[in-house]
Amino acid sequence: METQAFQKVYTKITNLTKATITLKATDIGYDEMALVAGRMGQVVKIMGEEVVLQIFAGTEGIPTNAEVVFLGRPPQLKVGDQLAGRFFNAFGEPIDGGPEVDGRVIDTGGPSVNPVRRKQPSQLIATGIAGIDLNNSLVTGQKIPFFADPDQPYNQVMANVALRAEADKIILGGMGLSNDDYLYFKNIFDNAGALDRIVSFVNTTDDPPVERLLIPDMALSAAEYFAEEKQQKVLVLLTDMTLFADALSIVSNRMDQIPSKDSMPGSLYSDLARIYEKAVQFPHGGSITIIAVTTLNGGDITHAIPDNTGYITEGQLFLRMDSDVGKVIVDPFRSLSRLKQLVIGKQTREDHPQVMNAAIRLYADAANAKTKQDNGFDLTDYDERTLKFAKEYSEQILAVDINIDTEKMLDTTWDLFQQNFEREEVVVRQEFVDKYWKQ
Amino acid sequence: MERKSKTTGVVAGIIANLVIVEVDGPVAQNEICFIQHPENKLMAEVIKILGKNVYVQVFESTRGLKVGTKVDFEGHLLEVTLGPGILSRNYDGLQNDLDKMDGVFLKRGDYTDPLNREKKWDWRPIAKAGDQVVAGSWLGEVPENGMPHRIMVPFKFKGSYNVKSVVEAGQYTVDNIIAVVTDSEGNDIDLTMVQKWPVKVAVKAYKEKPRPFKLLETGIRTMDTLNPITEGGTGFIPGPFGTGKTVLQHAISKYAEADIVIIAACGERANEVVEIFTEFPELEDPRTGRKLIERTTIIANTSNMPVAAREASVYTAMTLGEYYRSMGLKVLLMADSTSRWAQALREMSNRLEELPGPDAFPMDLTAIITSFYARAGFVYLNNGESGSITFIGTVSPAGGNLKEPVTESTRKAARCFYGLNQSRADSKRYPAIDPIDSYSKYLEYPEVVDYLTENISEDWLDQVMKTKTLLLRGREAMEQINILGDDGVPLEFHERFWNSELIDAVILQQDSFDKIDANCPLERQKYMLEKVLGITDMRFSFETFEDVSGFFKRVINQLKQINYSEWKSEKFATYETELEEIFKERLN
Repeated sequence: METQAFQKVYTKITNLTKATITLKATDIGYDEMALVAGRMGQVVKIMGEEVVLQIFAGTEGIPTNAEVVFLGRPPQLKVGDQLAGRFFNAFGEPIDGGPEVDGRVIDTGGPSVNPVRRKQPSQLIATGIAGIDLNNSLVTGQKIPFFADPDQPYNQVMANVALRAEADKIILGGMGLSNDDYLYFKNIFDNAGALDRIVSFVNTTDDPPVERLLIPDMALSAAEYFAEEKQQKVLVLLTDMTLFADALSIVSNRMDQIPSKDSMPGSLYSDLARIYEKAVQFPHGGSITIIAVTTLNGGDITHAIPDNTGYITEGQLFLRMDSDVGKVIVDPFRSLSRLKQLVIGKQTREDHPQVMNAAIRLYADAANAKTKQDNGFDLTDYDERTLKFAKEYSEQILAVDINIDTEKMLDTTWDLFQQNFEREEVVVRQEFVDKYWKQ
Repeated sequence: MERKSKTTGVVAGIIANLVIVEVDGPVAQNEICFIQHPENKLMAEVIKILGKNVYVQVFESTRGLKVGTKVDFEGHLLEVTLGPGILSRNYDGLQNDLDKMDGVFLKRGDYTDPLNREKKWDWRPIAKAGDQVVAGSWLGEVPENGMPHRIMVPFKFKGSYNVKSVVEAGQYTVDNIIAVVTDSEGNDIDLTMVQKWPVKVAVKAYKEKPRPFKLLETGIRTMDTLNPITEGGTGFIPGPFGTGKTVLQHAISKYAEADIVIIAACGERANEVVEIFTEFPELEDPRTGRKLIERTTIIANTSNMPVAAREASVYTAMTLGEYYRSMGLKVLLMADSTSRWAQALREMSNRLEELPGPDAFPMDLTAIITSFYARAGFVYLNNGESGSITFIGTVSPAGGNLKEPVTESTRKAARCFYGLNQSRADSKRYPAIDPIDSYSKYLEYPEVVDYLTENISEDWLDQVMKTKTLLLRGREAMEQINILGDDGVPLEFHERFWNSELIDAVILQQDSFDKIDANCPLERQKYMLEKVLGITDMRFSFETFEDVSGFFKRVINQLKQINYSEWKSEKFATYETELEEIFKERLN
């Protein structure tokens, strides 16, 4: 496909491992792409004339006399308006049966934004999910992952967030997506009539795992094109970053690197930061917001992947099954949006920060009451009321199937306060109680 | 390291940002070289030499680099440029001025001048013809954002010199000759306001470095009162993500009693740096009335910038600090986070195929961290004046586990430990510094004890120790209550617990987003501590454990209002009177 006449073809591979090949070649650039027996590879090491290539699809069946052609370029993507509505693989090739995209060729994995050219994020992204908008408001230019167990409906929640958020473009980077999930995304975007603002780069479980490594760069290069050049609000969805990190560890292992914590490469922090830090608010209004998924192993957030992620991202969202109401909720204790302070009470109603804190505090009191109950201690009247409040709050605010605007979220919370508590018990600034507590 | 002819070489191998260069002449460890990539020159530093093969770490991405590319060695180590105009600049880890770069994206190989060469400075001479001077002697000064910026004999000068002439007061650019000195062999040397210094070498142009003895006020109660840091002291803040490391660092850099603040954003989020860019030009320095940004320099190597430059960034920051310290100024240096720096060391050590130490970090990690922390300190300069660098670094322990190599190594180097506690952060008790696990070794220094006794009060240290004991007893009481139940313990346990809650709420917790509470001067800290300890000494009468909690909740609420009120204002006094009323209800 990309081979041209008069290109030098090498046919003498000296070393072969599961993931890499070595051959003698000259005038090769670092990071350069190559075709090895029709498979994509990338230069990962040059020692004099010896060039080591990482083969994304694995080396099974590659003979020592396979044809190797260097392409003289790093991974690239064709960008243009035609990207909208299309599905691509990790190499930027269409997988939806449609035609090739016309457009300008750009190198992926490009340089980062000069920090002095950034603007402080300040635009609220409304999702309709109260557990997010009320307690953990998202802001354009933010990067935030869902920390979720594999059995939780994170992809559904993320699809909902994407469709409701007022973004000009939504870019899906699917890594190790099961074919079912890929089709789910495709259908839900199609049914919502939103396909024209969605671009997808997908590596499914059918594809070789190492190809995943290219997905975030592809998705973010497309995002940068729309956000910077077209000054659009772009939302990037990356699922599942744990599988991306797993692919990193496979490669580092094959290259005989010394693993650090949890068998992950020592560069994991930098590798993840390079991706997440593409989230940016430009002064001209364009922005890239990243919502990712990091699946956990039995809820363990001290594992190297969620741990490093937590240090990079601006908060995290936890999903939890609330057995009292039988619904999946956004956990108000462990979830955090670091940038919410920039918008709540400023772009939302004035009472937002106080109502948010008061409700969470009462919800925490309920948790204490529950522990007391479980340990067989007597409950006070206040304990009973917090428990009732917590149940209603879970059902009407925290559940992920809620879709209301922030005004309504605040009103609902005030109603719940009023039904269960006295004014003094709520502890909200007097002026707000006077204004919103119904007489 | 002066050489007649430049050493050159060619690229022989590339593994990510580690490049192997075959050389034709002498090279030095840590020497700087430029790889002549056709599109742009790439800066790199020598990190290992094996015969003709020199291993260099490139401060940029090596994408597209080819074997055979020419390399020029510069004959010097990684240096920073020192001169007036560094304050309120935003630099990258190699001291490139970020504001001078074109375009939205950082361009590879875009190196910009850290100083403004056109600006004219208001020069006033200090030295005069005939003076004997040495490295670091003050020749004159120019005002930089209201601070006296001393122009010194370059740190690189060895031995003593005779001042031949000094230009008279007037307007000069940094490159104008401002003095001529004569060395011992009679050679005249022209001096400008600019000098260079290799970042990895400590500046030693001072007379002596005594043990730190003066308290450095940070305005943060849980630090100043319980575990104070000193002028020229070292401290570190480890904490899992989400426990408020960055907010705390920003609070310290806003209110600490320092002349100069240097912030090294080392491998952290770009949006956090943007927050400083946005906020500091708006905020006022309570001491000078000028904007905070005017006394601040930011070294930004955010997490997406090249890893090798991350290591350089902390050294760049330290060297700038040493420069200002030599002018007799109080410098506060903050690095967020030193773990990212250690990780950068790990990445390089890994590529060099060195045998790894614990968690794959290099074996000499402790030595590197210790010698870096050792560059901070209080010094007496040769002219009798004093200056200091107080260094506070954050550590991001993997998985929040403090038994990891970076935390453990730092513990050996830093004298103050401000451990952030996850459960404090979860219950929104900020700053989340654990009052019991944290420590300040300075409280054991007799000279610090003398200073506190003299400057705060005779029995200050006793009060601090008493506070710590009450906190510990409160924690023990709480554990008993949790095991035996509210009814299962004597009432006294509840009182003990609530006394510690009182100290926690009023002294330890501080709202860094509140205009007034964010900064608590020492005088006010003393007043509040005495007030709170006074309450813990009072004997109240209670019937039930619910009485105890109800009463203390009211007391705490009242004292919090005091914290939120302007010092000694009418409101302040009213809340105090109301507090007395509350006491009367329960006083024996």
